[in-house]
Amino acid sequence: MHISPVLWQFLVKWLTNSALFPREASTIAPWADALYFFLLLITIVGVTLVSTLIFGFSIRYRKEKHPVAEHIEGSTLLEATWTIIPLALFLIVFVWGALLYFRIYNPPTNAMNVYIVGKQWMWKAEHPGGQHEINALHVPTGRPIQLTMISQDVFHSFSLPDFRVKREVIPGRYSTVWFEATTPGTYHIFCTQYCGTNHAAMIGEVTVLTPEDYKKWTQTSTSGMSLAQSGERLFASMGCNACHSGNAAARGPSLAGVYGSKLQLTNGQQVLVNDAYLRDAILNPSQHLTAGYAPIMPTYQGQISEEGLIDLVEYIKTLQTNYRVQQTLTTSESNQAAPVAPGVVKP
Amino acid sequence: MSTTSSTILNLPDQKTATIPKMNYITKEDGLWSWLTTGDHKRIAMLYLISITFFFFIGGIFAGLIRLELLTPQADLVASDTYNKLFSMHGIVMVFLFLVPSVPATIGNFLIPIMIGAKDLAFPKINLLSWYLYVFGAIFILAAMIWGGVDTGWTFTTPLSTHYLNTNVVPAALGVFIAGFSSIFTGLNFIVTIHRMRAPGMTWFKMPLFVWSNYAASILMVLGTPVLAITLTLVALERTIHIGVFDPTLGGDPLLFQHLFWFYSHPAVYIMILPGMGVISEVMSTFSRKRVFGYTAVAFSSVAIAVFGFFVWAHHMFIMGVSNYSALVFSLLTMLVAVPSAIKVFNWAFTMQKGSITFETPMLYSFAFIGLFTIGGLTGVFLGSLGMDIHLTETYFIVAHFHYVMVGGMLMAFMAGIHFWWPKLVGRMYPESLSKLAAVTSFIGFNLTFMPQFILGYLGMPRRYHSYPAEYQVLNVLSTAGATVLGVGFVLPLIYFAWSLKYGEIAGNNPWQATGLEWQIQSPPLTENFTETPIVTQEAYDYEWLANKTQHEVTTVG
Repeated sequence: MHISPVLWQFLVKWLTNSALFPREASTIAPWADALYFFLLLITIVGVTLVSTLIFGFSIRYRKEKHPVAEHIEGSTLLEATWTIIPLALFLIVFVWGALLYFRIYNPPTNAMNVYIVGKQWMWKAEHPGGQHEINALHVPTGRPIQLTMISQDVFHSFSLPDFRVKREVIPGRYSTVWFEATTPGTYHIFCTQYCGTNHAAMIGEVTVLTPEDYKKWTQTSTSGMSLAQSGERLFASMGCNACHSGNAAARGPSLAGVYGSKLQLTNGQQVLVNDAYLRDAILNPSQHLTAGYAPIMPTYQGQISEEGLIDLVEYIKTLQTNYRVQQTLTTSESNQAAPVAPGVVKP
Repeated sequence: MSTTSSTILNLPDQKTATIPKMNYITKEDGLWSWLTTGDHKRIAMLYLISITFFFFIGGIFAGLIRLELLTPQADLVASDTYNKLFSMHGIVMVFLFLVPSVPATIGNFLIPIMIGAKDLAFPKINLLSWYLYVFGAIFILAAMIWGGVDTGWTFTTPLSTHYLNTNVVPAALGVFIAGFSSIFTGLNFIVTIHRMRAPGMTWFKMPLFVWSNYAASILMVLGTPVLAITLTLVALERTIHIGVFDPTLGGDPLLFQHLFWFYSHPAVYIMILPGMGVISEVMSTFSRKRVFGYTAVAFSSVAIAVFGFFVWAHHMFIMGVSNYSALVFSLLTMLVAVPSAIKVFNWAFTMQKGSITFETPMLYSFAFIGLFTIGGLTGVFLGSLGMDIHLTETYFIVAHFHYVMVGGMLMAFMAGIHFWWPKLVGRMYPESLSKLAAVTSFIGFNLTFMPQFILGYLGMPRRYHSYPAEYQVLNVLSTAGATVLGVGFVLPLIYFAWSLKYGEIAGNNPWQATGLEWQIQSPPLTENFTETPIVTQEAYDYEWLANKTQHEVTTVG
C-alpha cells in the first residue's frame, strides 16, 4: 500500500505534536503524578482481576464443559476479603489525597501574592507592583506564588494543568491557590467552569521566567503605580478619608494597622481583618460595624469594580500611620476653602 | 432457541409455543385504551416508547458535539449553539432517559409480577406519572424549539439566573414536572413492595432486581423534592430576583451547588441501582446459579442508597468549601465505593461453578461489569481530594461519568431489555445480530471514552467548543468511537422493531429463569396471574424450577 508523501508528512507531524501526558512544571506536579500512578495501578489491577474472573469462569464453567451448575450459597471469608481489601486501599487513597489537598490549598506564608479577577470572558492579573495583564500571567521560578482570585460575574475556574492546580473563582468571595513553578516556559491557563458563550475562549498563558528575566519583566511592564498607590488615590477620590481620617473625633474608625488585627464588632463578634473582611466591610458596611461607631457608612455595592476593591484592600494593608491620610485631607480641604478666583462664589 | 435443555429435563418444546390469544396487548384495542390504561405493563410500554424517542434525540446532540470536536477550531456550529447542544444533551439524557430508564420501563412492567401482585398499588398514579413525564418532556422540547437552553444540565447560578437570555425557565419547569413523575414512581414501588407481596414472598425471597429498585425508590422520594425546590428558587431568582443565590443581594452562590448536588448525587444512584438489579438477574440466569452472597448484594443496594445521600459535596472540593468538610466528604465517598466493589465481586463469583451460556443479555452484563469497574475506580480518583483538584471539570470527569452512566447504566438497560423482551412482547430478538450489537457498542464505547481519560489528565476542560491543537489526535479517536457506538445503538432499534412481527415466538420461559414473571404466559395477562401464587421457593432456586417443570410435564403429558 502506498501512502502519499504529503499525507505521510502530515501524519508524522500531527502525531508528534500531539500530547499524551502533561508537563510537570511545578513543585506539586510530581506529587500529584505519584498519586495518579498509584491510582492507575489500583485501576489496572482491579480491572485485570475482574476480567480474569469473568473470562476464567466463562471458559472453565461454560455449559459445554460444566453442564450442571453446583449450588454455592456464598462465602463469608471471600466476602470479607473483598470488603476489607478495597476499603483499605480506598482509605490509603483518601489519606494520600487529603495530604496533597492540604498541600495545594494551604499557601506558605512567604508566598508572593498576585490578584486574579475573572470576568466573562477574560482573566485579569494584578501584580502588587502595578503590572496588569490580561489572559497572561508572568511568574518567576523558585518562588511560591499565591493567587487571590475573585469573579466579577459568574463562577469561573482557574486551571493550570501543567502545574496540577486549579481553583474555582467565585463571585463575591476571594479564593486562593498557590504553586511554585520549576521550569521556564509557557503553559496553558484554562477556565474550566462553564461560564457562558465564550467559555472556551477564556484561556491564557502563564509565562514562567527565571528570577533575572522576571526582574526585567517587572521593570519594563509596570504601569508606574503599585496597587497600593492606586488604592490610595481611590481612597481619596471616593472621600473615604473624610471619615477614616484617624482623628479622635472622626466618624469612622482609623484604618492604620487594622489589617491582620482582631476587631470587636457592634454585634459582639470578634473578627480577624483579612482581605475578605475588608472587601465585605466596604460593600456591606452595616453588617460589619466596628464597636463604638454609628451605622452611617453607605454601601459601595456596584460603585467600585473588583479591581478597585483590590486596590483599596492593598492600600489598607500597607497603611501603618494616618499621616498621609490627613495630609491628603488637609490639601483637599484647603483647595476647597480657597476661592478659585476672586469674585467667584462657591456653589 | 439455542439455549435451554440439559439441566431441565422433559422441557416443553419452545417450537410449538404460540402467542396466547388473551394477553395485556390484545385485551383492548385502540390508542385511547392505551392512553387511559391503568395496567402497569401498558404504562411500561408507553414509557419505553417515550424514553427511546428521547434517547435518540439526546444521541443526536451527542453526535453533533463529537462532530464539532473533530477539529480544534470552532468551525461546525457557533459557540452558543455548541453550548446549547451539550446542555440539551445532558438535560435530555439525565432527566428524560437515565432517571426513568430501568425503573419506569422494566421496573414498572416486572416489579408487580416479580412479587406476585396484580398491579402496582396505585395504578392511576402510575398513569399520572407517565403523563407528568410527557408534560415535562413537552416543556423541555418546547424550550429546545424556542431556541434552546445553554445553562449546562446543572443550571449553575448565577449564570442561569442573571447572565443568559435563553429558555432557562421552561427547561427548569420541564425538569421540575418530570421530577414529580419520578417521585410518584418511587412512591408506587415502595408501597407495592411493602404491601402487595404474594403469600410467602418474604423480603429475602425477593429477586435482587426488586431490592435495587426499592433502594432507588427511596432515593427518588427523598431526593427529588430537593431538586424541585432548587429549580423553583432558580426560576424565582431569575424572574423576581429574590436574592437567595445572588451575592450582591446577600445570597450565597455556593448554596445552589449544595442544593443541586444534594439531589444530583443521589440521582446517580437512582440511575445506576436499578441497572445493578438487572445485572443480578441476568448473571444468575445464564450461570444457572443463585447470586453469590444474595444478602450482601441486597444490603449493599441499601447501603449505597443511604451513603449516597452524604457525599454530595464531593462535587465541590475546589469550590472553597472548608478544608475540613472536604475531608469528611472525601472519606464518605471512599466508603460508598466499597458496596459497589462488593457487588462487582459477587457478580463475578456468581459464575463460579455455574453452567454458563452466552446469550446477548449475558454479553451486555459482561460489558456492564467491565465498564462499571473502570467507571467506579476512576471515581476513586475524583473522590481523592488532591487528585480531584487536577481532574475535576476536565474530560476525565466526562469520561468517568460516561463509564458509569453509559458503560454501566445503558449497558444494564440493554441487558434488561434483551433479557425481558420475550416477556414484554412474546417474541425473541434475533440472537446473532444482537450479539453483534453488544460487541459493537462495547468496542465503540471504549474507543469513545478511553481517550477522554487521557485528555482529562492533560487538562482539556469539559464544555469547550475549541481546544489547543495538541489534543486533536485523541479527540479524533473519540469521535471515531462515537460513530461505532452510534451503530451499536441504532442496530437494536431496528431489530427490536423487526422482531415485533417476525421474531421467533418465545414461549413462557425461554431462558429457564426462576422469577415469577417467567412462570406465566408471554406476553402476560392483564391480571398477570390466573391465581395468586404462593411462594415457597427461595429466589434463584433452579432446583425448584427443574422439579416444577418435570412435575408439570408429567401431569400434562
